Amino acid sequence: MPRKPGSSRKIWNDPKFRSVIYQILAILFVAGGIWYLVSNTLHNLSARNIATGFDFLTREAGFAIGEGIIDYTPADTYSTALTVGLLNTLRAAVIGIFLATILGTIIGIARLSSNWLISKLASVYVEVMRNIPLLLQLFFWYAIISESFPGPRQAYNPIPGVFLSNRGLKMPTLEGAGVTWILGGLFLAIVLTLVLANWARRRQERTGEIFPVLKPALVLFIACPLVAWFISGADLALNVPELKGFNFRGGMTITPEFAALLLGLVIYTAAFIAEVVRSGIQSVGKGQWEASSALGLKRGLILRLVVLPQALRVIIPPMTSQYLNLTKNSSLAVAIGYPDIVSVVNTTLNQTGQAIEGIMIIMAAYLTVSLSISVFMNWYNKRIALVER
Amino acid sequence: MREQLFNSPTNSLLTVLSVWLLLMAIPALFDWAFMQAKFSAQSGQECRQVEGACWAFIGEKHRLILFGTYPYAEQWRPLLAVVALVALLLLSTWRKLWNIWLLLVWVVGMTIVGVLMWGGVLGLTYVENSLWGGLPVTLILATFGIALAFPFGVVLALGRRSNMPAIKTLCVTYIELIRGVPLISLLFMSSVMLPLFLPEGMTIDKLLRALIAIVMFAAAYVAETVRGGLQAIPKGQYEGADSLGLTYWQQMRLIILPQALKIVIPPLVSIFIAMFKDTSLVVIIGIFDLTLAAKAALTDPAWQGFGVEVYIFISAIYFVFCYSMSKYSQALERRLSTGHER
Repeated sequence: MPRKPGSSRKIWNDPKFRSVIYQILAILFVAGGIWYLVSNTLHNLSARNIATGFDFLTREAGFAIGEGIIDYTPADTYSTALTVGLLNTLRAAVIGIFLATILGTIIGIARLSSNWLISKLASVYVEVMRNIPLLLQLFFWYAIISESFPGPRQAYNPIPGVFLSNRGLKMPTLEGAGVTWILGGLFLAIVLTLVLANWARRRQERTGEIFPVLKPALVLFIACPLVAWFISGADLALNVPELKGFNFRGGMTITPEFAALLLGLVIYTAAFIAEVVRSGIQSVGKGQWEASSALGLKRGLILRLVVLPQALRVIIPPMTSQYLNLTKNSSLAVAIGYPDIVSVVNTTLNQTGQAIEGIMIIMAAYLTVSLSISVFMNWYNKRIALVER
Repeated sequence: MREQLFNSPTNSLLTVLSVWLLLMAIPALFDWAFMQAKFSAQSGQECRQVEGACWAFIGEKHRLILFGTYPYAEQWRPLLAVVALVALLLLSTWRKLWNIWLLLVWVVGMTIVGVLMWGGVLGLTYVENSLWGGLPVTLILATFGIALAFPFGVVLALGRRSNMPAIKTLCVTYIELIRGVPLISLLFMSSVMLPLFLPEGMTIDKLLRALIAIVMFAAAYVAETVRGGLQAIPKGQYEGADSLGLTYWQQMRLIILPQALKIVIPPLVSIFIAMFKDTSLVVIIGIFDLTLAAKAALTDPAWQGFGVEVYIFISAIYFVFCYSMSKYSQALERRLSTGHER
């Protein structure tokens, strides 16, 4: 209300004073609420004889976990079990993000294709997958794998050594000292390719000459592992899975749980990523397409050299939230029995009764992962923006 | 035809490839879903004889899937409640009705739904809500979730834009904390931690606990969307309101919020769709929604092994709801955007 001239300046009419009062009230309200909840909780915990604190982490877990990247037995501690769960979550998230980005980009570009059939198929895919809950999709894939696939004895055998059954996907693995050497060789090839690409880019900026990176990179990717293999003394053997009794021995397994989780996450998130990619590409003006084709560039080259670099600026922020969603959605694994962090904490919580610590561990784990993804993507976003202008 | 399908070698190849894929997939699917399918059977044993889908299973279990464990003889009540809820939602899509009367219609409608579901009055037997299940639970969680999360989210958004540091910090902390964790962790929190938070002897119903978690989660997302709308309002509007001498709440209620909310209606509908889908997560804490009812139908020993059929059935229900909502939001976006063109 406008103040009438001459009216007394009461202190509670002063906006600054009032804002201080509001803030104090808000803090008191929140702090009071927290104090009330904490005191209730402490009372309830002591009434029910539930221990508090994180001491349980060093105790023996005593439950088995279906799969994991590191070795684990029920005799290990709860903290080891939680690490197994966290690594399983990260494995699903990292592979999921990688595959969903590829599939999503392909579908997003397909939606814009001049080919009527392709673009219609892509848009049907997007509409169907976006409008069905992810959890249902997970159940669906899990039901298909565990109900419709045959048992190990009648397993599908599309390629020699690869078996598809309701126990999951069995694949041969490489064994021997050569494996580490070959991996080392591959890593070297990646590093050398990156260095080469960087040098080629700088040279192109300086002189305008284009250096074909693809061919030397291919040579590197074949030569480095091959040389590493020779250095290791050609120590390499194939461990092919075999049917022994009622199950397979040897080789590598992708369990039905992991396969269903990955299928669900990738297929669902790809639909959203496709929309992000499509809107990003559409944000680049039509004139750019016309100008580049007037210069004689082919459609694929226009996309790669002119449109995508500009579209990335629009794509990266929503893409970040899709990555975050995928990571958070991997928590649905608990519903189909994949031992992710939520599933392990849930078992822990049922055994120890320490609900608060358990939920805090889940939340802390996801907050850390989410934060790292955002930090990385924001860094990438800034880099893109710098190249841009 | 030539222009759209065969205008270049790559495109021709792609066309041929996808036509081949469709020719492989569609007849096989059609065969499975209709030709080889069994539409009526006495038990699962009969269904196992055939190659195709077992729709007889859906016919046998549809009442369990749609209405859960609600007393069999009374299942016309949840059916009517679902019809009432859908009618309310449809009515709300009609833009002519967007005024204060719609609120009244909702209050009346929700009362009718409550009376139908609970009963205990007008000669209806009382049914406690631990017996509710299926589609009505999904719809109730979604509608109440968004209805309660919306005002909460708007307040959070205003708090985040406030120039009082303490209030701003509280809102930012809340929003970022909630958006950083999965909904499952909040649902777990509501199911195992909330009972510890309350004074001894006081309990909250399981359904209500799940609703609290959903509201807390959705509010953070609503808040971020509304913040986007608030940021889109030019500074001149705030200054104009200030110079009129309006108080903060008058300013927000009369000038800023109506414009900001109009801008963010389409993303709000998207949040509603996401929430509708997310209600399926209450399966994990054992609430009998559509998805858990479907899983329960699968546990009958006489009818085991028809998971694919039942999930397709449920997916179709979700798809109808979500797809119509998303089409509506797109139509709304087109209609609202005309107002902003110059």
